[in-house]
Amino acid sequence: MSSETKQILTTDGIPLEVSLKKAEKKNKIKAFLLVAPLLLFIIITYVFPIGDMLMRSVDDKMVTEMLPKTFKSMEKWDGQDLPPEEVFEAFYFDFQKLIEEEREGKLSTQLNYTKNGFKSIIKKLRRKSKSFEEGNYKEQIMSVHRRWADVEYWRAIKRRAPAYTYQKYLKGIDMYENEKGEIINVPEDRRVHRILWMRTLEIAFFVTVFCFLMAYPIAHLLATLPMKYSNLLMICVLLPFWTSLLVRTASWMILLQQQGIVNDFFVMIGLVSDDNRLEMMFNKTGSYVAMTQILLPFMVLPLYSVMKTISPSLMRAGKSLGGTPFVAFWKVYFPLTIPGIGAGCLLVFILAIGYYITPALVGGASGTLISNQIAFHMKSTLDWSFASAMGLMLLSGVLVIYWLYNKLVGIDNIKLG
Amino acid sequence: MSVNKEFVKFDKVDKSYDGKVLVVKDLQLDIAEGEFITMLGPSGSGKTTCLMMLAGFETPTNGEIYLDGNAISSIPPHKRGIGMVFQNYALFPHMTVYENLAFPLRVRKIPKDEADKKIDKALSMVSLQGFAQRMPGQLSGGQQQRVAVARSLVFDPQLVLMDEPLGALDKNLRESMQYEIKHIHESIGVTVVYVTHDQSEALTMSNRIAVFNDGKVQQLSSPDELYEKPVNSFVAEFIGENNTFAGEVADISGGKCKVKLASADILANPISVKGKGERTTVSLRPERALINPSDKMDNIHKGKIEEVIYHGDHTRVRINLLGNSEFILKVPNSSSNLDIKLGNEIKIGWNSEDARALDPK
Repeated sequence: MSSETKQILTTDGIPLEVSLKKAEKKNKIKAFLLVAPLLLFIIITYVFPIGDMLMRSVDDKMVTEMLPKTFKSMEKWDGQDLPPEEVFEAFYFDFQKLIEEEREGKLSTQLNYTKNGFKSIIKKLRRKSKSFEEGNYKEQIMSVHRRWADVEYWRAIKRRAPAYTYQKYLKGIDMYENEKGEIINVPEDRRVHRILWMRTLEIAFFVTVFCFLMAYPIAHLLATLPMKYSNLLMICVLLPFWTSLLVRTASWMILLQQQGIVNDFFVMIGLVSDDNRLEMMFNKTGSYVAMTQILLPFMVLPLYSVMKTISPSLMRAGKSLGGTPFVAFWKVYFPLTIPGIGAGCLLVFILAIGYYITPALVGGASGTLISNQIAFHMKSTLDWSFASAMGLMLLSGVLVIYWLYNKLVGIDNIKLG
Repeated sequence: MSVNKEFVKFDKVDKSYDGKVLVVKDLQLDIAEGEFITMLGPSGSGKTTCLMMLAGFETPTNGEIYLDGNAISSIPPHKRGIGMVFQNYALFPHMTVYENLAFPLRVRKIPKDEADKKIDKALSMVSLQGFAQRMPGQLSGGQQQRVAVARSLVFDPQLVLMDEPLGALDKNLRESMQYEIKHIHESIGVTVVYVTHDQSEALTMSNRIAVFNDGKVQQLSSPDELYEKPVNSFVAEFIGENNTFAGEVADISGGKCKVKLASADILANPISVKGKGERTTVSLRPERALINPSDKMDNIHKGKIEEVIYHGDHTRVRINLLGNSEFILKVPNSSSNLDIKLGNEIKIGWNSEDARALDPK
């Protein structure tokens, strides 16, 4: 029998497969149209900004475009001794053009990122270059400031030649590429970012641990209490959740400050003396306390939703079979809550690692996190590319944690409710 | 070796959850060693509470429970050594069948090779060899039920409690599991306390049945006695089908009593009536009344057929008899009963011995 005779036809004589595809196509289009608004929203508000961030973090075109002639003439320069006259000449013409367009300030900012000391010598060059004579630009420029005669500064300019760079990423982990192209650590006294990364991980880890320790019994109570009490308890858990984050953080400031309620209470019960009040704010303690409280519901809810499904007869079975209450808990109840623990911990850890407002307000100098540093570069230094680089490093860190988690626990085991 | 008649003893046990209502009232119950006893009753009758008190998950408000002569009220559940099968099996979903069965052995620190032998034995008892490495979720309801039974027996407890273990199974499976549990009980001689609200389950499986209602044991006796000789109208109503006549005792003499109904008098067997003038409910099993009685019966009355329901092997006939329009007769299907037609008047007779005059409802 040939395959054609086997083909099933619909009553209209169209092959069944074809007409099925036709019918399904309509459904597919419908389904796509239903998700289209969300898809568009995600592309505009998420995929596009992240792509833009990625571009920004490696984009180094600004200087490349500002000094086109200079970089072209530098191609032949080996970087050993001072560059030849033609480089100086090209630099002079590029610079004159920038002055006309009033963009020399930007150049000085950019070059200053690469090497400190460019700001003042560019300002000086701008003033002096008005009276430059034609020819022999090398001598004239070098005479403006002795740094212009320093080969280090010219090497710094050359390093900005490529349109793309990974310098910002190195800077994010306190490393840089030196003049010889080696990647080395910055001097110990200037390593800020590594400390911040470690502190971020540390605070996120401990906040997760504290949240887990506090949420587990609450969730258990929620799941086992009779309805009328568990509803009340649930409201107690959710009430702070519905309050503005800023309000909650601000109330922690009122509670934790040195003249605050908690300190007043400690003094009252004689735990600390009045002139020796505890510092619980503007340091790590503040970040720990406030973040744990704020992130607690994210741990309670997944745990609760998992515990709700565990039949109380399982614990009874464990006990009736001879397990002590502890054994019954540890061997029967606890393993069944692991999906909830996984979901809660992952959620809290990922939220904590990128936390911003709370550490900014109550963290002080020793309690700020990497996200505060990112915000600092976004708002104060305006080094957006560095901020983008750190943001992406944070994002990939989170993805690594997610991957690790998937390897260890399995993402299918997660239950968010 | 003499059998311990008081292996489990409930001694004047009361239980209240809220301090206002007694769920179990003054319970007095002895269970002999090796017995299969069923607690039967409608929901809310206190039977499960009794079981939970025996298992140790509830404490008696008053009174004491003895297991093999020892008071156990203050012993926590895990030290009682009582096997238990739960309503929804309560298998540990994250453990294999093997691990489920190994759990009670591990906590008792039984060496692995000995434990393996016991597990094999328990699994073969419920004919589930080869299922040891499955997860409970991969088993059917009936198989899960067997695992639960095997798990409750694997550590050789002297007493096993079963809390409506077959409630979630379909009818056929339930019936075959009833026999299986009965056979396991017979082969290993363990004492079983079984809770159910299904009377046919209770009648099939048990040595003795305790009928619970309103926190009290209404009757404790063997299945046949329970059916044939109910001691009060609740038991008569609850177990099997039952025709009733409400009336007043007119005369008692010679092991018989005359009960005056609205339209006529009937003769009955005085069980819980003592003297003239007492209100009573007369209970009569449908199969004890006959149509057109040929032999000499001391109650013969006429009734009108109101409904005929065909049931295959028998026909149920609803008759309006002596003012009771719900009187049911079971007539075996045979060629001699052809005059059973709707609206016909027929003669119905029964012996006064089978008509039990019980307490009024």
